[in-house]
Amino acid sequence: MENTSEKIQDSIKSFFCDLLKKKVVDAVLVPLEVPSGENVVQTLVSDPKKLESSNFLAPVMPVSTAKIISDMTKIKPSGKRIGIFLRPCEERALIELSKLNQASLENLILIGIDCLGTYSVRDYVRITSEKSTKDELNLRPACIVCEYFEPQNSDIILGLIGLDDEVVILANSKSGEEILGELNIKGGAKVKDRKNVISKIKEQKIKSRDELLNKTKETVSGLDSLLNFFSSCISCHNCMNVCPICYCRECFFESKTFDFGPDRYLGWANRKGAIKMPTDMILFHITRMNHMVTSCVACGLCEQACPNDIPLLSIFKTVGHNAQLLFDYVPGKSLEDGLPLTTFREDEFEEVGE
Amino acid sequence: MTYISKNESEEFVSEFEPKIVGFLCRWCTSAAADLAGTSRMQYPPNIRIIRMMCSGSVDMAYVTRALLEGADAVFIGGCHPGDCHYISGNYKARRRMALLKNIFETLGLDKDRIWMKWISASEGKKFADTMSEMTEEIKKLGPNPTKTSWSV
Repeated sequence: MENTSEKIQDSIKSFFCDLLKKKVVDAVLVPLEVPSGENVVQTLVSDPKKLESSNFLAPVMPVSTAKIISDMTKIKPSGKRIGIFLRPCEERALIELSKLNQASLENLILIGIDCLGTYSVRDYVRITSEKSTKDELNLRPACIVCEYFEPQNSDIILGLIGLDDEVVILANSKSGEEILGELNIKGGAKVKDRKNVISKIKEQKIKSRDELLNKTKETVSGLDSLLNFFSSCISCHNCMNVCPICYCRECFFESKTFDFGPDRYLGWANRKGAIKMPTDMILFHITRMNHMVTSCVACGLCEQACPNDIPLLSIFKTVGHNAQLLFDYVPGKSLEDGLPLTTFREDEFEEVGE
Repeated sequence: MTYISKNESEEFVSEFEPKIVGFLCRWCTSAAADLAGTSRMQYPPNIRIIRMMCSGSVDMAYVTRALLEGADAVFIGGCHPGDCHYISGNYKARRRMALLKNIFETLGLDKDRIWMKWISASEGKKFADTMSEMTEEIKKLGPNPTKTSWSV
């Protein structure tokens, strides 16, 4: 097992090395192992020698690459070509951020990988420091119910699914074709198998997704259950900070709007007899849903960042699923589909207002 | 204020009077409310009106907060589709509203406490009728449970 993953690892590594050496790109954004070996982090690499410690198969996603690209390109597009290694949920979030004008795809070559799922950072560190084995731990819930585990809009796809001991490098766009032509790479013969296996896995994933949706519907129904669900929320806003879609530079909830002064707090306490401090916790979560849920890619980073292990993925995935059905919108599917809240039709939702 | 304290002192006899927070478009529904008033039309005084420049400028956080803080219902009044003073504000408001109601439904919260109507400046009667109808419907729903919930 280790040998095969070593082999795949080497093929991917040499592909990225070639990209840099043959000056197809000026830099690549890839996961490197930190010196301790305990974690991997997305790293911008311009010297191919630094790819020595790269680890493309590490099952962990500390931060969303979409957020990194947004930080890099929101001021202006990259003038130089960069090869970006990303997972499908990161790719989908990046498409959404680009539509929200928070990231520029100009000069970026997206290199997506078939995602076999990730562990939380906490669990991954347990594995690498040999405190646990992979068999003892579960993948992140987001990954267990993820039906979008293959790249859709990347220029180049690193295919793993349906192949035992190799990786197939496929072109998925015109610029992808050009690059693979330049590097003289031809797609493997086993691509047909890959498609079959993908649709089988997809079926299973949709089944587990529906189980999660039903379970959430049972646990969260009404004010009291919602309060129970969020009972350990400490309003740290970590979920918002790590969310690739929550892009506002100044969050409404961290603005002066919420600097109320003592009299108003006392007023509310008087009215209800008591008021939980800090206030507006449920308002925060519902408003966050209002703002980002149509573009939610269900990456589950909110849940990974929650210090009190609130199963946020389940509620955001469920709310997102229903909202996206409402607008017949699949986030990250295409650059052309208009964002639900920036477009409208004249003849729709007539039941909402009369 | 006196109205509320009178209500509280008569808690055994008084009927539940819903508190409705209304966000009215400055160009149409707000003018319709004025017309209803100047025409001396009678309607229940349960709505507390906040005048907005456009239904499209009603942030769903305002609606959510009012409902979480104990308002029994929220009413949003805008221009008829096609008549928005800012061309498309009401269409956008309608999409946001559809989303908010969808989220409320998923979470099992009471989406029927959120109302949206298109009432033009000449429709004073429609405004008065809507207020009567809404007050009746919300009375049937009963008080919003968030009114006494301190841990929201």
